[in-house]
Amino acid sequence: MGIDELKPHTVLSPDNEEIAVDPLRDWFSDARPRVHPPNRLKIFEDFMNWARSESLWILGFATGCGAIEMRPLMTPRFDAYRFGIQWRPTPRQASVFVISGYLSVKTLKRVVRSYEQMQNPKFVMALGSCTINGGMYWDSYNTINRLDHYIPVDVYVTGCMPRPEALLAGFEKLKKRIRAGRAEGANRYAENFEWYKANQKRVIRQWDMPDYNW
Amino acid sequence: MNNGFTPVKILYALVSLLIMINVGLLIQGVVRKIGARVGKRHGIRFYQPWIDLVKNYSKRSSISHGVMFFLGPVFRLAGGVGLYLFMPVIFGSLWFSNFSFAGDLVLVLYFMFFGMLGMALGAAEGGHPYSAIGITRGLSQFVVVEVPLALALFSVISQYGTMSLTGIVAAQQGGVQNWTMCTNPLATAAAMLAFLGSMMRAPFNLHMAPQEIPIGPPTEYHSAFLGILQTNRAIFPMAKTVLFMNLFFGGAASWPELILKVFLIYMWSVFIGVAFPRFRIDQSIRWFLKVPLLIGILAVTI
Repeated sequence: MGIDELKPHTVLSPDNEEIAVDPLRDWFSDARPRVHPPNRLKIFEDFMNWARSESLWILGFATGCGAIEMRPLMTPRFDAYRFGIQWRPTPRQASVFVISGYLSVKTLKRVVRSYEQMQNPKFVMALGSCTINGGMYWDSYNTINRLDHYIPVDVYVTGCMPRPEALLAGFEKLKKRIRAGRAEGANRYAENFEWYKANQKRVIRQWDMPDYNW
Repeated sequence: MNNGFTPVKILYALVSLLIMINVGLLIQGVVRKIGARVGKRHGIRFYQPWIDLVKNYSKRSSISHGVMFFLGPVFRLAGGVGLYLFMPVIFGSLWFSNFSFAGDLVLVLYFMFFGMLGMALGAAEGGHPYSAIGITRGLSQFVVVEVPLALALFSVISQYGTMSLTGIVAAQQGGVQNWTMCTNPLATAAAMLAFLGSMMRAPFNLHMAPQEIPIGPPTEYHSAFLGILQTNRAIFPMAKTVLFMNLFFGGAASWPELILKVFLIYMWSVFIGVAFPRFRIDQSIRWFLKVPLLIGILAVTI
């Protein structure tokens, strides 16, 4: 969808009638994310957090160079399946988003779109030093330096790239964080939505999608 | 027609359903563990399907695209539960005969298709404009799978002269030589081939494999919807396997016998599944209208 199609224009209907259309107002929903608080019963929420930590479904979206370290996890040598980690092709069913390495602005737009389609509760694991402070590409015109300004991150795994064993250690840390009830990135995103969205719009020039891609 | 229905039978049926959900989840976990061990991995834990189910139900948000989208998995689960509740599970048992009655074989055929049909209505209202394509492919394959199955069932009905599953199981008691597998091998062959087609495994799982097509029910359903579909995935294959066990392999008179037979019949689909690649939908339709249809016609005429 080109950027010109998003300005108000007129379309010709099949009945040969001219209809004035304002796409950003008419076609896109202006829904905002909601905060879904944890369950009030602590023992219930602890049990659900245990289940969420033991069954981590990763979105199969390899964002950068660290994805090559994710592939060995599916092989018999490292075998992430015995930790309850499985890969799902759709953001609707996934609960973990692994940002593997540097994030160019082009990928950031798609990452934001996929992240917002995931359901609460969702977790983000960032690999590599590029997500922490820009790493090797800190002065590049096309990559972002602080991932935490654009989507909420739960666990950083340092390295360039971290080895599969480091990834497994990162997953273990994420599990501990989920079980402690501190992995509420989705709620943080909903609470600070305006700040995150302002940061995203500052770098992503061609914004031809809704503000919140539910 | 009084068929002995008393309200306490509802309790028996619920207990039986609860046991079968757990058996289904256990068999899923065990089969994946076997596949992993064969591939020299440790693989998932055998209790992982339970954790996945709890996790999906514990998701805090979900997106619904309308009433039909919401009802799609409900129909599917209704089909699976309905199929299970009208079959005798343990022959001769007071607790586990469910609601079996005379003529329930026809009802069973209906429920097998009902779930998938309801799901088609639901998936068509998914957020994706082409999600109806995903489910129509599954429907068309399922329709053609039912052809040799129906022919095999007609052959069995005319052989035993009764449409009641309990009656068919009763006629097979007394040793292996009385099983339909031995007295009517053609019907057994046609039905076991149809069994492969409906167990959602390779080579007939194109519509279910999320890597193959990113639209339709495997992609759109999430959170609690996916939890309902997973619950159905635990019941429906088990119910079908129990049906086939009742029809062709002598039924089961005790729980250990049931679990053993169900596991072996399920492994028949697993062995074929891991050895063969997937068919496209048109290839599978063509395949089903060749050899299994021929065996089914022979089974009915001979």
